[in-house]
Amino acid sequence: MTGAAGRVIGRSVARNEDERLLRGRGMYVDDVRAPDALHVAFLRSPVAHARIRVLDVSAARAHPGVTAVWTHADLGEHAEPLPLLFPHEHLPHPKTQQPLAVDEVDFVGQPIAMVIAENRYTAEDAVELIELDLEDLPAVVDYEAAVDQGPLVHADLPTNVAADGTWTVGDPDRAFAEAEIVVRHRFVCERSSSMPMEPRAVLARLDPGTGSLTVWDTTQCVLPVRSALVAKLGLPEDLLHVIAPDVGGGFGLKGYLLYPEELLVPLAALRLRAAVRWNEDRREHFLASNHQRGQAHTIELAATRDGVITGLRDDFVQDQGAFIAYGLITPWIAASHVAGSYRIPNVSVRYRCVYTNKVSVSPMRGVGRPQSSFALERAVDLLAHELGLDRAELRRRNLVQPEDFPYAREGLFFAGYPVVLDSGDYPKALELALDAIGYDGFAAEQALERERGRYLGLGLACYVEGTGEGPYEGARVYVQPTSGKVQVTTGLTTQGQSHATTFAQIAADVLGLEPDQVQIEEGNTAAFGFGAGTFGSRAIVNCANAISLAALEVRDKALRYAANMLEAAAEDLEVGGGMIHVRGVPERSVSLREIAIAVNPIRYTTLDPSTAGVERFAPARTWSGFERGDGPLLEGSAFWAPSSTTWSNGVHAAIVEVDPGTGDVRYLRYVVVHDCGVMVNPAIVNGQIHGGVAQGVANSFFERMVYDETGQHRNASFLDFLMPYATEVPSIEIHHLETPSPLNPLGIKGAGEGGSISPPAVTAAAIEDALAPFGVHVDEAPLDPQRVRALIAAAPGGAA
Amino acid sequence: MKPPPFDYHAPATLDEAVRLRTELGPEASILAGGQSLIPLLNLRFARPSALIDLRRVRELVYVRAGQDGVAVGAMTSQRELERSVDAARLCPLLREAQRCVAHPVIRNRGTVGGTIAHADPAAELPAALRVLAGHVTVRGPRGERRIDADELFQFHFTTSLEPDEILTEVFFPALRPDAGSAYLELSRRHGDYPLAGAAAIAAGDHVRLCFAALGPTPVLVESDDPADWDAAIEPAGDIHASAGYRRELAAVLGGRALALARERATGGAA
Repeated sequence: MTGAAGRVIGRSVARNEDERLLRGRGMYVDDVRAPDALHVAFLRSPVAHARIRVLDVSAARAHPGVTAVWTHADLGEHAEPLPLLFPHEHLPHPKTQQPLAVDEVDFVGQPIAMVIAENRYTAEDAVELIELDLEDLPAVVDYEAAVDQGPLVHADLPTNVAADGTWTVGDPDRAFAEAEIVVRHRFVCERSSSMPMEPRAVLARLDPGTGSLTVWDTTQCVLPVRSALVAKLGLPEDLLHVIAPDVGGGFGLKGYLLYPEELLVPLAALRLRAAVRWNEDRREHFLASNHQRGQAHTIELAATRDGVITGLRDDFVQDQGAFIAYGLITPWIAASHVAGSYRIPNVSVRYRCVYTNKVSVSPMRGVGRPQSSFALERAVDLLAHELGLDRAELRRRNLVQPEDFPYAREGLFFAGYPVVLDSGDYPKALELALDAIGYDGFAAEQALERERGRYLGLGLACYVEGTGEGPYEGARVYVQPTSGKVQVTTGLTTQGQSHATTFAQIAADVLGLEPDQVQIEEGNTAAFGFGAGTFGSRAIVNCANAISLAALEVRDKALRYAANMLEAAAEDLEVGGGMIHVRGVPERSVSLREIAIAVNPIRYTTLDPSTAGVERFAPARTWSGFERGDGPLLEGSAFWAPSSTTWSNGVHAAIVEVDPGTGDVRYLRYVVVHDCGVMVNPAIVNGQIHGGVAQGVANSFFERMVYDETGQHRNASFLDFLMPYATEVPSIEIHHLETPSPLNPLGIKGAGEGGSISPPAVTAAAIEDALAPFGVHVDEAPLDPQRVRALIAAAPGGAA
Repeated sequence: MKPPPFDYHAPATLDEAVRLRTELGPEASILAGGQSLIPLLNLRFARPSALIDLRRVRELVYVRAGQDGVAVGAMTSQRELERSVDAARLCPLLREAQRCVAHPVIRNRGTVGGTIAHADPAAELPAALRVLAGHVTVRGPRGERRIDADELFQFHFTTSLEPDEILTEVFFPALRPDAGSAYLELSRRHGDYPLAGAAAIAAGDHVRLCFAALGPTPVLVESDDPADWDAAIEPAGDIHASAGYRRELAAVLGGRALALARERATGGAA
């Protein structure tokens, strides 16, 4: 047999989910009907750090319409810290959060008491009736200072430094001792958030008949949430179902395990034998959903005079917030990416996570990569400046070369695997970006515009993106017995990744169908019981390969049965257009649907003329029973466990205009060269890039979390937290390279985060270039107009 | 983010609204387009005993253009004023300023009277009203009276309306044929409240500037000397811009707006 008539993988087919989602017919947790549900509101800490002297909920309990009010004292066995996901020897002082605060509060927004009432209005009214008396403790806000001075976040720990570790590649000390030139600088990326359109939400309902608990949760990880709740609540898997219906954006934020509310709402449903619902509002989201970014890097590069980088040292500190449930994932990912696209043989990277009285940070789109990439790419620009060498040329001289793959960085780890860059053509990506942005002609244009009083600048940055981490994902593929539609079920969720389309393309490709003939079912633990979740640019790599293997099993079975029906040898059959036919004899063909009906002794549709083939040909089975353990259907199941991670890569380049009068910055061009291996659907990859760049632009010029010295969050609303609008995000010009990964049969790499990595570095470089006449140096992200003005004023040429 | 309990009234006529305003007292709030008040309610920062929703008072929805200017009913949406050809012809500044106000969906809801009565010193329309030397009409239990823009804006979010009065009409005088006008601002994102805004009118040697977001009210200056502007403004710092940076912006934006207004005056274009 031969392959399908037309490849479906690689086509920008329209999204299967568009019709529903674009018409506003999605089903999010809040859309799940539960008119009888009780509603939850939380009393949250109004201050960053305090001892709880009085917590009296009696008035709230007495308020009409209130069913229950809980503090930690009501939680019984659940009044214990939430789990630490990844313990490690570099994390000697782990602290995780109590579901409801015990004795002390450690950040503004920390839940202290939970009100369950007939509706949210009443619940919020009752929250106001809770008497809370707090004794203020000094707040730890400046994380760099908190490394070795000032008050402690957790008084029972000897230090605010939760974690301290170092990874080493080669012999960095020797590289620096022998260096002909060393540059060193401190670069800072501020704390931000990812702000999914749908805040968090949990609805839990107990079925009093069976005793089963169903939890609708806007999570990226239904199965791990189920595991955690099974462990916590003592219900077995058959009585505990977690459903993530449509999820309105996750970005990593919803991959966190567990938020207090994800435990407390199901617990309330169980105890009160009722449906209980909590919808996080935007203010709660600002205060109590995890943040991201927030790192200060001191980076050094060692190089030869002719621009060969021989060593890198980075020492960075992360603003951890009050707790560290996710362990060292973020600093590890930052560290694993610190050498970027370059052949740097000697690397040392030290990471420290420092407790502060703020909500915790946890992995979010990019996860440490934007920060270490900012430090690295800014340092490369600095080195170019010091060497008097063109910055593109310096990059060219140091890129990992196509013949270097697999390129190992022994001593660095990504997602538990040693860092081994698997494939790519980094020099080609760079040249493509330089061409696209017009690098060679830019200096002349810049000079001309400066004469007219316009300040244009160009920024350039390369990146790598580790993707496709395991341990595994799986899929079940089967053909429905009557309609013949193909059903694919996985253990994942989807929160904007378009799995209903890309996963359908994978199955359709194998089975010779169109993607709209394949239905994807995800986000329901009752449907598929094994898997991790959709995060870390891993879903397509793991799950597409699993689906492909499962679909191949279906195809093999279909061919076997078709051979019986068509009385031909399987080797003489061809698959395509939804049909299997005998090569050279097109009239001897059966559809996948006909085969599915024919293999099932229980059938209802033999009168349908479009399935006449069921009766026209020989029986699908040569024996009246089921052979080889096969059932009455075409099905296959498979898991894919990667041997290592796949590394996407790319180059961003931008041109900005700076108004030196106001300090405002406008993007004129934004070019992305992107290589994520084989693309399943280029339009969807473009969508990922657009979204990532938009978040990167946010981290470059708009979004920051502002705290005062007492740890009060001063911009916890969309009025003052500046998510860029479409009017602020540049038009993005994308060029694709497709270097297949050798690590999986489909050659796929992940594409979820690449867009977000380079914008801060590119934007800073472009602003610096635009303001070169003033001698401005940019070492922080995000900037804003006032900071740009301040940079000009402080620069050597600032008086100009 | 759910408001505390309040009583809700939706009168159909202005007379009824005025009666309710008196009856319910100063603890009640007028609800116009709701673009500022509703978020304040949901954050529980505002706790009015009652809301008097003017949406059904259709007699307050109009744009009437005359030789001397444009009279706008208080409940007219900002979008309707922005789209009025007559308003754009008589007061070109209005459309220019309106387009800096948030986004079309918000301007569809936000009202002209609401933004004036809310008196946010960073808002665009109050600055436009003041630079154009406009006035408002208010109605209360003692009848109707006129308040000039110079007298209207008292302080942050504070006007000279009495607690029992309702703003009913906003009047923008026509720009003189020999004059040019311009509105420029710097905002962090398109449609945000500006870090600083400058409305300018130039007619021959006479200039009027009004600055937004640079004091407790829109700040009017009748001078082309940046030193005078700097003396007149009273900028405050916030998380987006320090007072000092706002002073820099006043000079830059004031200068640019004035130059543009002069260019338009001589070029005849809006």
